[in-house]
This record gives sequence, C-alpha cells and structure tokens, in this order.
Amino acid sequence: MNQVMNTAMEESVLPGALYNLRLYVAGQTPKSITALANLKKICEEHLVGRYQIEVIDLLEHPQLAAGDQILAVPTLVRRLPEPLKRIIGNLSDMERVLVGLDLRPVAAP
Amino acid sequence: MSTTASIPAAETARPLAKAGTGVTGLDEVTLGGLPAGRPTLICGGPGCGKTLLATSFLVNGAVMFNEHGVFMSFEESSDDLIKNVSSLGYDLGALVARKKIAIDFVRVERSEIEESGEYDLEGLFVRLDYAIKSVGAKRVVLDTLEVLFAGLGDTQILRAEIRRLFAWLKERNVTAIITAERGEGALTRFGIEEYVSDCVMLLDNRVSNQITTRRLRVVKYRGSAHGTNEYPFLIDGQGVSVLPVTSAGLAHSASNEVISTGVPGLNQMLGVGGFFTGTSILVSGTAGTGKTSLAAHFVDAACGRGERCLYFAFEESPAQIVRNMRSIGLDLQPRVDSGLLRFEAARPSLFGLEMHLARMYREIENFAPAAVVLDPISALRGETGDVHSMLLRVVDLLKSRGITAFLTDLLSVEGMDKADAGMSSLMDTWLSLVQLESNGERNRGIYVLKSRGMNHSNQIREYQLTSQGVKLVDAYFGGGGVLTGSARIAQEMVDAAAAVRRAQDNERRQRDIQRKRAALERQIAELRAELESEEEEARKSLQHDEELEKRMQAEKRAMAIQRGGSVS
Repeated sequence: MNQVMNTAMEESVLPGALYNLRLYVAGQTPKSITALANLKKICEEHLVGRYQIEVIDLLEHPQLAAGDQILAVPTLVRRLPEPLKRIIGNLSDMERVLVGLDLRPVAAP
Repeated sequence: MSTTASIPAAETARPLAKAGTGVTGLDEVTLGGLPAGRPTLICGGPGCGKTLLATSFLVNGAVMFNEHGVFMSFEESSDDLIKNVSSLGYDLGALVARKKIAIDFVRVERSEIEESGEYDLEGLFVRLDYAIKSVGAKRVVLDTLEVLFAGLGDTQILRAEIRRLFAWLKERNVTAIITAERGEGALTRFGIEEYVSDCVMLLDNRVSNQITTRRLRVVKYRGSAHGTNEYPFLIDGQGVSVLPVTSAGLAHSASNEVISTGVPGLNQMLGVGGFFTGTSILVSGTAGTGKTSLAAHFVDAACGRGERCLYFAFEESPAQIVRNMRSIGLDLQPRVDSGLLRFEAARPSLFGLEMHLARMYREIENFAPAAVVLDPISALRGETGDVHSMLLRVVDLLKSRGITAFLTDLLSVEGMDKADAGMSSLMDTWLSLVQLESNGERNRGIYVLKSRGMNHSNQIREYQLTSQGVKLVDAYFGGGGVLTGSARIAQEMVDAAAAVRRAQDNERRQRDIQRKRAALERQIAELRAELESEEEEARKSLQHDEELEKRMQAEKRAMAIQRGGSVS
C-alpha cells in the first residue's frame, strides 16, 4: 500500500522548505495506524501546505527496508529537507517529533 | 511402565542435528558442529575474532556444505567486511555476487534516531526475512546484536524483541550465530545469553609475557556432549582453526617398523638398527654438539625413503639450515625442491605456545608428514609447565597419527637437570650428545640414554662432523674411560709402539730359547759321548778279564799235566 498524500503548497502562509516524509510501517497494526494519525495531525498543525507523506508497508516492499536503514517500525524518515532524520515510534510524543523534525528548537520553552 | 521400556533407543535419544562449521578443529570440539536450526551465541572481548569465526561459519557453509547464508552486520559496512575477511583468504564478494551469501549492514546511530512513543523491531525482522529469502539461507550471522542497546533507548522493548527474534530464528529453522561482547561478571554485556540457551561459546584473547593467545571454550551445548577445555585457535591467512589437541589419548598403536637414523654408526648403537616409526626421539646436547646435523641426517634418510618430512625450525631460517648442512656434505635443497621436505620457520617469540601448537597442528594436518622435526624445543618460551603440556600434546598428536617425532633440545652448559624435568617420560628414545673435555680439547660423544623397546649400546661413542656427514668413531677405552680426539690418537700411537716392543721382546725370547736349546743339546751330546767312552772302556776291561781267566785255566791245566795227576 503506497499512499501518497499531496497537499497544495501554500508557501505564502508558512514560508520554509518542503518536507518530504516517509512513514515505514509493517502492516496495519495499531501502532502504525496511530503513527499515521499522529503524523497527519502534526503536519496539519505545523507544515500546512508544504509536506508530502509517503507510507511504505514493509510487508509489501521488504526490499525497501535496507535502503533507508529501517530497523524499528513505525519509523518516520524526513528525507527533505536535509539532513536525513529518523523518528521511531508511534509518534505519540508530539514534542519529540517536533524536535526530531527540526520544527522546534531543542531548548524551546 | 512397560510402554516406556519398549520405546526404541533411537527415538528416546535421537542425536541432535548439527551444522558443520568447516573450521578445522571446531567440529571436533563440538562433535559435529553447531546445533542445526538453532541459535548459537559467541561471546568474547574486542579483537577476539568473533566476526571472523562467524564469517568462517558462513563462508564454509556456502563453499563446503552448500548452505547459503546471511550476514547481518551491525558494526561493519559490507565493503569493510569483505575487505577484512579477504585477509583470511575468503572471497566474500564473489559469494555475494553468486547469491550464496547476502550481507546486510544495519546502521544504528543513536544521534540520528529520535524516539517518540511505542515501536517494535519488525523492520529488522523484515530485512532479515528478505535477506534469507533472497539467497535461500540456512545460516544466519548477527554481528553484533548488542549494538542495538547502544542505538536504542528502550531496553524493555529491545529485550522483548530480541527474545522474539530468537524464537523467530528457530521457527525459520536457520542455524544462527549471534555474537556479543563479553561483559563484566557475565558472558555478555547486556545479558543476552539468557535468550540463547542451546550453545554458547566463549572466545578469549589473553596476553602473557607480551604474547597473545586466542582461546575458545564451549561453555554449554544443550543436548550434546562437547569438549570442555579451552582450546587455542588461530586466525591467519588460511582462515580460522581451532586446536583440539588434548593430552587425553594413550591409545595409539605401536609399530614394529624400524627406520634409519641416517647415521650408520648410530643405527648400530640401537638394538633394532634404528628408531621405531611413530615414536618420539629426543636429542639433547649443549651448543655446537651437532643436534641439527643429526636431525638433518634423519630427515635426509626419511626423504630418501620417499617419506614426507616437516621441519619446524625455531632458531634458523630454512636457507641457513640448508647452507649449514652442505658443510657436512648433506644437500637438503633437492629434498625441499621435490616437495618431500618442508621447512616451517618461525621465531618462538612470534606467537605464544598455543599458537605455535595450533600452527603445527594445522601444518601437520595439511602436509601429512611421516616424520616431524622440532628444532629446538628449548627455544619455546613459557612457564615450564606450559611448555611441558604443549610438548606433551605435540607428542600425543604425532603419536596418534603414527608420525615419528624428532626433537632437539639445547642444554645450557651447566647440565641436563633442566631437560630432565618431565621430558624424559614423553620420549621413547633419548640420545644425549656430550662434550668430552680433556687434554685441552673438546670432542663430541654420543650415547643412548634410553630407548624403549630395544636393546641398545651403553657406550659413549665419539663422533665427528666430517665433510661426509656425521661419523661415529670406534670407541676407545683407556684406563680413565673413553678416550677421544687426540688423546685417542695418542693412545693409539702408544699402543702401536707397545705392539712393536712386544714383537721385539718375542723375537728376543725366541732367540734366547733357541740358544738355550742349542746349549742343552750340546751338553746332552757331550754326556752321551762320555757315556759311550765309559761303556767302551768297560767292555775292554771285561774282555781283558775274560782273557786273563782263560789264560789262568790254561795254566792250571798245564800245571796238572806236569804233576801228572788226573784232570778231574
């Protein structure tokens, strides 16, 4: 199941780079469903109009796991902007996700 | 009760299926290999050779047993791995290209991973499963799984997932090796040994007297007997080899076949005309007594019979030995060229005792010689007990294979008490070379200190290193014992002079007797002549008396006639 979600760019609203995100899951497990829901929520809140989410199910495309060095699932990979970032887990800890995606300074209040 | 008793033995004790490692010696220690279809844990400190041992398992599996493998590396990239094992003579790259082995490098970098919420390691399972399917693997190596503990924060999840991984591996029925770092007070740093219960091996790399020795021990092997000792193992250009040499066996057969010592005189000293094959021979002597020369003779004779000889030289290079032996008229080079003689030279300090032993073991396995020379064993450094145990194992190894062992031992000038320490009991034949010092010169003497199973000479024989080889000189005994060198020559001259004198004496005595005989005979002749003249005289006087008597008778008669009387 390759699910690509494109949202029209609204650079005037929130200036910044395009976020190319990939979410690796292994089947429709509660963890992966939660992760995708959390990711969408975060993107809508912080990256409106400048994100792409690609969901890759490793059970269907196991050959893709090695390329992006996937170990744990779910894994969120920020392919763009560089550098590559990885966040593992069901993304329930919003703060960690924001830090991981460089959407919030580490020393945020 | 009766039902349990009737279960056939084959079912109650079905032997565990094993996957051969193809590593020299390891299959002997484990009595066949690793438990097939189960995970095996190999733990050890850094630099112990865990990765290389695991790689050997995979490569040998692919090459020797046609069992394909997956190498999941958590530490080295596949390029690094291929490069590193090429030093062992493994062409991992070619095996990967031929789809016999798959390598997957799992990079775990904590700084690149942010954790948020629950996760599991299904990604790892997917990758492993994919790799296994891509080459049809029966063997899997995970090197080193514990890197995960450094890369991921949630140890609870990790432990649960590792437990699941081992169960998953068993379910896939792959023979797996999991490597782990040795921990303080535990087999592994993160205690993953509790998940692997089938087979655990411990590698060790100890430094003693600046020399490192690698050792391997099978800590446990569920469902199988196994060697319990620590076995030295070796990593070099020919791969990994474990040395399962123990001093256990005394079951070797004894041969009655006799082989020449290479020195005719020496053969005569030994009651059966040489050494028994498959025995151990020790030649001890101080510096310069010709131990190597005797060894060279022995080797030359063996090669002359078409037998293969392996010569371990610890003090001289092969070229040096060949050159030096030419000076006594022995050219070993043709023997080397023909492939019958092989030199293996290494300084004793190059490796530890165990490594030397392991190296010898492998060379002996590969070359399959009929005779082996160790020259000299005194060069092997270590605790006396260690050296002794090593030699014991060498001798046992050689005996169990019926290989004749020729060992030389350099004695310090002080004497032989050192060599005596335990060596004697190992040796079947002990030749002692001694320096006989007298009259301001040193001469070489050889005697048979012991030789099991044969009558042997008790003489100390002088021998010389001549341009035609080692020559035994006929023994010479004077008043003070055996005479050697110029003393012997002087004694020979003295004896020759005495012989001349004795001859002259004899001649004189002969003449004396003749003279005496002549004198006596003259006396006898004189006496006889005297006797004869006396007899003559006696006869003459008797004649005279008779005539006188006759004349008196005649006168009587004449007187009677004159008186006119009758003659009555």
